[in-house]
Amino acid sequence: MHLPISDKIELNILHQNSNQAEKNKVKFNNYNLLCLNIMSSPGAGKTRLLEKTLEDLSKKFHSAVLEGDMTTNLDAARLEKLNIPVVPITTGRACHLDANMVSGGLKLLEKKINPDLLDILLIENVGNLVCPAEFEIGEHFKVALLSITEGEDKPLKYPIMFREADLILITKVDLLPHLNFDINELKSNIASTNPKADVIEISSITKSGFDLWQDWISKKILKFKNN
Amino acid sequence: MEEWAEKKNKKKIVVEKINLKIGEFTCVEPISLINTFNAAVLGSWLDSSEITIETIPFEGKCSKCNRLYFPKKENGYKSPCCNFNLEEIISGRELKIASIDFKEK
Repeated sequence: MHLPISDKIELNILHQNSNQAEKNKVKFNNYNLLCLNIMSSPGAGKTRLLEKTLEDLSKKFHSAVLEGDMTTNLDAARLEKLNIPVVPITTGRACHLDANMVSGGLKLLEKKINPDLLDILLIENVGNLVCPAEFEIGEHFKVALLSITEGEDKPLKYPIMFREADLILITKVDLLPHLNFDINELKSNIASTNPKADVIEISSITKSGFDLWQDWISKKILKFKNN
Repeated sequence: MEEWAEKKNKKKIVVEKINLKIGEFTCVEPISLINTFNAAVLGSWLDSSEITIETIPFEGKCSKCNRLYFPKKENGYKSPCCNFNLEEIISGRELKIASIDFKEK
């Protein structure tokens, strides 16, 4: 045996995922298709938000959904009722979507519709505030939901998720009168974790904040298409 | 690892250490990573190797006075000097294979 040799690598552990995410993004760009990665804890209201969002959004923009779910197609079935292309991605025991799964989902979507005809692809990630934050999937923007029933401290407890987000939606604000919840403390915790993020308070029941959310999406689509 | 090993001629080397740099501001728990690695390589060509982890501190830069500081959850990650929100992260997001120590057979 010879003496040990040290080979400098300096390689990202997630480089295979990052490479695939970059390929996904190139595909989205070639299709002129804006892609949002929607993330939150389980039960924060991602699917309900998408249902209510797509009721209006799909009248203005050609929309599709990749629906990440660990074990069921229940969420995908809910969204299919809106008559838009929906592809379920069942992750099995994996607690997040990765770029390879999204690539597979995109191939299935291509069989349903020519993505050139689409304006926006909404990808609902698996409910989890940890792993999805580390795995790029090729998205243009990350949207994190945080429901007020989860507590004001979550941006501090799960800082990477909220640090990575371009937009943070504070959901279920219709429950504010019924809870002992300090929304200013939550906003302060968001600001200290990610001062650059856009923040919108929203309710999928009363649809308060939906005008701002729809406006945010519309502006992103139009800017993307004009570039 | 496989790509790297093929370039080195996998059959003629023994990997001793895989040296990682893991930032404090990542979703990786070093002990879990080590345990998973040890389980994953059992019976493989990496069976006799180990991983070492250098923890890279989470460091931010105060956007008011440019001082570097170590953000703390208890303080909302704000800068202790000016009490400003964390805007710029200097280090702590690393998830890297820094180097590989190996011997030729």
